[in-house]
Amino acid sequence: MNATRRPEGLDDAFLDGPTQAAPPAIGVVGWLRWAWRQLTSMRVALLLLMLLAVAAVPGTMVPQRAQSPEKVTAFLQTHTTAGPWLDRLGFFSVYTSVWFSAIYLLLFISLVGCIVPRVRLHAGALRGRPPRTPARFGRFPAQGTGASPDAPQTVVERAAAVLRAPHRIPFVRSYRVDVHDEGAGTWSVSAERGYLRETGNLVFHLALVGLLVAIATGQLLHYRGQVLVVTGHGFANAQAQYDTFESGSAFDPASLVPFTLGLDSFESVFDPQTLAARDFTANVTLTEPGGAGQASTIKVNHPLTAGGALVYLQGNGYAPDLQVTDAAGEVAFSGPVPFLPQDSVYTSRGVVKVPDVSGGQAQIGISGFLLPSAVQMGETTWRSVSPQPDDPLLVLAVWSGDLGLDTGVPQNVYTLDTAGLVQSVTAAGAPVTVYLRPGDTVELPDGLGAITFKDLPRYVALDLRYDPATGWVLTFALVALAGLAASLFAPRRRLWLRAGPATDRDQGPTVVTAAGLARGDDLGLDDELDRVLAATLGRAPTGPDDPPAGTSDEVSSQEARG
Amino acid sequence: MSAADLSTLLVWFATTAFTITLLAWTLDLARIAERSAARRPAVAPAAVPVGAAVGLGGTSPTDDPAAGGDRRADRSPFRSARAEGIGRSTNVLGVALLLAGIALRGVAAGRWPTANMYEFTLVGVVVAMGVLAVVQRRRALPFIAVVVSGISVLSLALALLVFYVQAEAVQPALQSYWLVLHVGVAIIATGVFTVGFASSVLQVLRESRETDRSHLDGSWGRVDPLRRALSGWKVTGRRFAWLEQVPDARSLESLTFRLHSIGFVLWTFTLIGGAIWAEHAWGRYWGWDPKEVGTFVAWVVYAAYLHARTTRGWSGRRAAYIVWVGYAVVLANFTVINLVVTGKHSYSGLG
Ligand code: HEM
Repeated sequence: MNATRRPEGLDDAFLDGPTQAAPPAIGVVGWLRWAWRQLTSMRVALLLLMLLAVAAVPGTMVPQRAQSPEKVTAFLQTHTTAGPWLDRLGFFSVYTSVWFSAIYLLLFISLVGCIVPRVRLHAGALRGRPPRTPARFGRFPAQGTGASPDAPQTVVERAAAVLRAPHRIPFVRSYRVDVHDEGAGTWSVSAERGYLRETGNLVFHLALVGLLVAIATGQLLHYRGQVLVVTGHGFANAQAQYDTFESGSAFDPASLVPFTLGLDSFESVFDPQTLAARDFTANVTLTEPGGAGQASTIKVNHPLTAGGALVYLQGNGYAPDLQVTDAAGEVAFSGPVPFLPQDSVYTSRGVVKVPDVSGGQAQIGISGFLLPSAVQMGETTWRSVSPQPDDPLLVLAVWSGDLGLDTGVPQNVYTLDTAGLVQSVTAAGAPVTVYLRPGDTVELPDGLGAITFKDLPRYVALDLRYDPATGWVLTFALVALAGLAASLFAPRRRLWLRAGPATDRDQGPTVVTAAGLARGDDLGLDDELDRVLAATLGRAPTGPDDPPAGTSDEVSSQEARG
Repeated sequence: MSAADLSTLLVWFATTAFTITLLAWTLDLARIAERSAARRPAVAPAAVPVGAAVGLGGTSPTDDPAAGGDRRADRSPFRSARAEGIGRSTNVLGVALLLAGIALRGVAAGRWPTANMYEFTLVGVVVAMGVLAVVQRRRALPFIAVVVSGISVLSLALALLVFYVQAEAVQPALQSYWLVLHVGVAIIATGVFTVGFASSVLQVLRESRETDRSHLDGSWGRVDPLRRALSGWKVTGRRFAWLEQVPDARSLESLTFRLHSIGFVLWTFTLIGGAIWAEHAWGRYWGWDPKEVGTFVAWVVYAAYLHARTTRGWSGRRAAYIVWVGYAVVLANFTVINLVVTGKHSYSGLG
């Protein structure tokens, strides 16, 4: 079944995509040419598209390094046989893997190879004239006939005017029109519209290429940094200030604009009933180089622009301000410690590592929970009932020994490596739990020292991103969308109308015949032909709900069968 | 009764109405099947109007004898006018009830009602059934009606029983006009794809009947027990005689294509809108989040469909198979990815 309906034998039908490739000629050049023709054929494009769809799927089933490295590690630990193989084959970074890249690069090469010749052809077609009126109309999908008291030339010129006049869209000429004197008193008009359809298709495909280039450029030039900022503190835009930082290979660290950003305060709103988050606002002061500090806000969905980059509010939590003194009474640790929220009531987990103890004392490790609104449930069980700090409580376990910080292996600041540590226990052998409220100072067990809960500031997790190509990415995406809409919805049609002297059996001095051809499916073709015929012959067009006009001898059109 | 409760009640009423729609069209389909099977010899395939056009919103060519034939077919003794009347009116009634339910839900939550799976499903069903009502206005296509209303009733039941969450305001990441644009358009596209899917199924069935081919035939037919058990369900057999009452495969193909061109443009917008929103909310326009991958895969599959249509040897039936894959991806993207895979789109509220 051929979807582009066209009467057979119609040699000037709309051009189709590249057709069957010829069998390979002998020699390297011949083979290369053959391979190229295969690659740029519609069939291969189709296969590559389907392959791309299939290749994208594993990324949703297997954890991906870029999104969740910790899940990849866990996966590798549980799947000891399959894991390493999947790793080798790039399944943990599908979207940067060789095979995924190969598919889309081939697809885009195919696309360019397919589109460039079409652009050339289409450029020619844009300058061309509508095809001459075919001798017979018998095979066209839409046909119509009529009679007129006027002379053939008058009728044809009227038809040309109707076809040229804007229709539906004001001020836009609908058809390109040629009038032909066919001799023996017969005149015809040929008209074509819908170059926009092919233009749209080409624009769409070329915009996809532009999109890919823009995305790649952004990848090369971008940088992204993440940083936790506690209220009252700030950071400067320098690589070393970020907790994590990554950048494209063409990124120049010297290009970082050295602004500073301070977090003045943080507000959060929660639904009083469901405790679900409703609104977060970080009030910040931005100081660009050479400028004065400027107050601003960052909210979810509303990033702040700073030094050409965008600063996003990605998370928030509490950072209890703690001070640990060692057995000798020296301050061994002091400062806010970010605790990571674990649930909607901000039950938060955190770790304090105190390596710098004086004397020969063992290092101290403290881990535990912060409950922003603590309620006692049982003798030793507590629960937070609200994300707001109504009655904050720290519930901590204490460890001592070697924190393992000197091994050179980078450690996660949010977990305690307990390999070289022992937990403090009571005389009965139960773990010691230390409870602290703001302002409290509590002795640590085993004579390790003391801990003070000084304050409970909040922190925000900021994500800073610079990508100079996003504007281009958006532009190409929107151009592609517009091109797509034009290529799918702009009808491409050819209409012909011929007027000639009547033979004796016809009524009226002039008989008029008309035919129409469309590219692809075009439901409106018959209506369009009727409209043009009716306007030319001075008749009201038949409305869509009128009975079939098959019996009317004034205007009739018929869809060719088969 | 609060607005939220009233909304839920209206959704239940709408589900009931659509169930009646489903039953009515099933009855109609059964009636047609029965009668055309009984009178098969009188209705040779050649008597079926060829080139009949299926109007989407009244664009069918009119002064076309074939189309005239269609209207006569509509009134043919095969159909049950009563069932079709009930099917059409409960369809419209259900859409009205569901629209009211959705609007009240929005009022109760104080925001645009497309924030979680429950609401997404409601709006998707309203679009699918709305498109169905429009497609059916001119020409009854009981099969498409059965498929679309079947999927809709199932979805609504799933929504009410599994996806249901209280109406409330949304988390900060969802507070954006993109909730309306991106999600709204995604739902509309899903609704359009649903009707397009039904149309493609009908197209394939009808084509098999036209070409007198059945997968249940062939040399293995007598040996293979499964095929033997199903032999009564041959598409070329009596049970499918009603297929001769539907438009020919080519018209259905063009209906399938038109629905998918609309759906595809909307889906492209969904993809772009999602990227813009992700840029605002998550600090990157694309991150291969499972939901993003799913949307991308569906988009590529539908693009493959559009190419297949114009590729020699792939148009027609094979292109329709690609539509089925595409629709399966769209459904999986909505259900599996929201409920099973964890990603940034875990907004179902069912966590
Ligand atoms: C990234 C890969 C591609 C995507 C996403 C894509 C997408 C699309 C879409 C959505 C359409 C429908 C628009 C329309 O029907 O006018 C289309 C049409 C078309 N594409 Fe592609 N395309 C891709 C690659 C290619 C390649 C590699 C070729 C050539 C081998 C190609 C040739 C065509 C042609 C000829 C049409 C017009 C079909 C018609 O006559 O209706 N495309 N493409």
